[in-house]
Amino acid sequence: MKIKEKLIHGLFLFNGLLVVFILIGIFSLLVFTAIPAFKEINIKEFLFSSNWNPTSYVKETYGIGAMLVSTIMVTAGALLLAVPIGIGAAAYLSDVASPKIREIVKPIIEILAGIPSVVIGFLGIVFVGPVISKTFGLPNGLNAVNGSILLGVMALPTIISLSEDALSSVSKTYSDASLALGATRWQTVIKVKIPAALSGVIAACMLGMGRAIGETMTVLMATGCAPAMPRSYLDSVRTMTSTIAIELGEVPYYTTHYYALFAVGLVLFIMTFCVNMTSDIILHKYQGKRV
Amino acid sequence: MKKYIRIIATLALALVLGASNLQARDMIQIKGSDTLINLVQKLSEVYMEKNPGKYIAVTGGGSGTGIAALMNSQCDIADASRNMKPKEISRATSLGITPKRVVIAMDGLSVIVNGKNSVTKLTMDEIGKIFRGEVTNWSDIGGDNIPITLYGRQSNSGTFVFFRDVVLKGDYSARMKRMNGNSQIVEAVRHDKSGIGYVGVGYVKEATDLNVVSVAAHAGADYASPLNAEEVKSGKYPIARPLNQYINGTPTEAVRDFLLFEISSEGQEIVENAGFFPIPKEYEDLNKKSIGI
Amino acid sequence: MNKKMITEQLGFWTLRLCVGLVGLILLLILFDIVSKGIGTISWRFLTQPPKNGMTEGGIFPAIVGTFFVTILTAVLAVPLGMGCAIYLNEYADDNIFTRIIRMSIRNLSGVPSIVYGLFGVVLFVQMMRIGTCLLASGLTLGLMTLPWTITASEEALKNVPQSYRDGALALGATKWQAIKTNVLPYSISGMLTGTILGLARAAGETAPILFTGAAFFLPFLPKSLFEQFMALPYHLYIMATQHHAIETVRPIAYATALVLIVLICSMNMFAVVLRYKLRKRKKE
Repeated sequence: MKIKEKLIHGLFLFNGLLVVFILIGIFSLLVFTAIPAFKEINIKEFLFSSNWNPTSYVKETYGIGAMLVSTIMVTAGALLLAVPIGIGAAAYLSDVASPKIREIVKPIIEILAGIPSVVIGFLGIVFVGPVISKTFGLPNGLNAVNGSILLGVMALPTIISLSEDALSSVSKTYSDASLALGATRWQTVIKVKIPAALSGVIAACMLGMGRAIGETMTVLMATGCAPAMPRSYLDSVRTMTSTIAIELGEVPYYTTHYYALFAVGLVLFIMTFCVNMTSDIILHKYQGKRV
Repeated sequence: MKKYIRIIATLALALVLGASNLQARDMIQIKGSDTLINLVQKLSEVYMEKNPGKYIAVTGGGSGTGIAALMNSQCDIADASRNMKPKEISRATSLGITPKRVVIAMDGLSVIVNGKNSVTKLTMDEIGKIFRGEVTNWSDIGGDNIPITLYGRQSNSGTFVFFRDVVLKGDYSARMKRMNGNSQIVEAVRHDKSGIGYVGVGYVKEATDLNVVSVAAHAGADYASPLNAEEVKSGKYPIARPLNQYINGTPTEAVRDFLLFEISSEGQEIVENAGFFPIPKEYEDLNKKSIGI
Repeated sequence: MNKKMITEQLGFWTLRLCVGLVGLILLLILFDIVSKGIGTISWRFLTQPPKNGMTEGGIFPAIVGTFFVTILTAVLAVPLGMGCAIYLNEYADDNIFTRIIRMSIRNLSGVPSIVYGLFGVVLFVQMMRIGTCLLASGLTLGLMTLPWTITASEEALKNVPQSYRDGALALGATKWQAIKTNVLPYSISGMLTGTILGLARAAGETAPILFTGAAFFLPFLPKSLFEQFMALPYHLYIMATQHHAIETVRPIAYATALVLIVLICSMNMFAVVLRYKLRKRKKE
């Protein structure tokens, strides 16, 4: 009996260690494949130059400036759309809606969360693109606005469901106290509940942001992929994710270009990791406070 | 509950074990050019119908993707809408690969503009200027006063490289939109009055609302159209190119059989139906040598 | 009506508008895809390979390919993920080490899918020399799903009251017996719900399989794990951007999107039903 018990314990321990090993492996492989890139690329040029042209006719250049800006632009645009709508919807669900409506709306959000990115990208080409080109009088609708709208839609479910969780877990005594003092329900929502749940709401938005930064297929299909430094939201942009998706297939293994793509992947990894980490820390601080 | 889980788990395991006969079928892997992919897809579809028991997997991704896959020993045939660069050949040799070239069709790379655009004739020099971003308004080359919108391919495309090396002799304007495939360029230019793009001729034969630009090799030379088979074959149309497939060394029996089918009269008929031009005489010897007839 | 009430009504209507907008977005997406895709769906479309330059025929190999790769994903991610969650929640002590592990797992669940694609290329395709095939794609997707299944399973395990474990242990049960009889039965549906949601997400992913095994055209079913495969999301990507006549094959693209959405929604639905049953049982 004891032996069996120990065996099972050992099995689960092994399992746990294996997973940890795999996860550490992912990171270290990424780092070690990215490092050789900097033998030939000046790290300053890599981060700040905006010319990315590894297969140039004239001179190969590896600068991720323009894609970094593109990624940030598209993500910011997405958040601009998704954050107000998301928080609004979350507040409605947690404080205004009747339980019945909540039961109807929640699956809607889950379905929205389940729509694959390639489908959203497809709609970006056939639906959002033409609308944008007509609205702004542009020759073509594949640009940063298109990407922002689509990513905003994709970030919405994350923001809504996590913000709602945060809002619902605000202690009922808060809102009771506020209502007892004569505040209206609206004032209670805006001035008491949202501030009380602010850290959770921020964490939710950060996670939505992480999702937008890392999204690949949608931006690959819908943003036009021009590598120039974008001048406005109506320009075509090429984000870091789409650059990897476009060029990883063409690149001969173990060349500078190959390593450079992994370096882009590493930058992406670090960006999302920081965003997720921040959200994690905020969330835990907030949970700690509540207890 | 437990029963269900057990059933599901058993089913899943059975499926995986059932599919896991370790020996993959003898399958020809073809990878590469998006210009060629639809043609090669049709060729292999007909070939597989005629030869049951033969398997071909076709994957796209661009000429660069195909050539890289050949070097990395991940495919048997690499489609390429350009020739391998000397740098690539030496890299392949150092990896123990002997690339051999087979030409399966000719393509008149077409420059296309919107059907409402009055500019229908351009010289090579003008096209170069437009795509390098030196000319940015249609009025500069005899059109209406609208800014030019550039549509091109992504850098993994052979068309991208061929057009750059032959027409631009420089880098593309960074403002050029990089589309995922030839047909996306066609679609974009059809809807964009200010657009100009370049695609394989196979993509424009049936397209409407488009003008295929006639091109002159230099100022003063005659303009020729890629839609005219004779002008492409004779070399009068300046941006014609052979469409290649690269193999590693002596082909296996299966690969050889498929290549022979492609260059046979039946295969060439499919080539013409797909909108491309049949293999010119000058490449016949090369093909024979590469395939080993 | 005083000013406060008006503000309140205005405010609530703004919130309602937000939710309405979300509903409208979903409705628009579904309406566009269903209305334009349903006409192409037929028994033949679902059971035949693509034909005549992929302008006719169906998407059968893509459906089967997605099915296979999802099962492979599950084979890797489900046992490993659940096992790891059981270890973390039931066996491991709560110390700095496990906290770091938990934190990194949570963070890894937010790593972009294309980064997993990069990883799959290096590890499976090159270093392990598996080549681009079903197995490489399944493993890559499995790794991507792993953090999700761990987090979801741990969540479910945490919801089992400590008293259940203590009760069993007090009666002289061993640790494993306590887990087997008193913890797993109450958490398994929760674990499965989270896992299935994760698998549904993996089934719709394109970026990780782009370079590890998906094929443009392969009109027959994979017979071995070492063959390439067609997959629904990748097929949709091709039909939308790379086919030689994307406008003529639009209906096929729409229908492919519809099939993909239906597939993923039914997986999600299954998970939701599971969760619902679990809740009901808890109440009893």
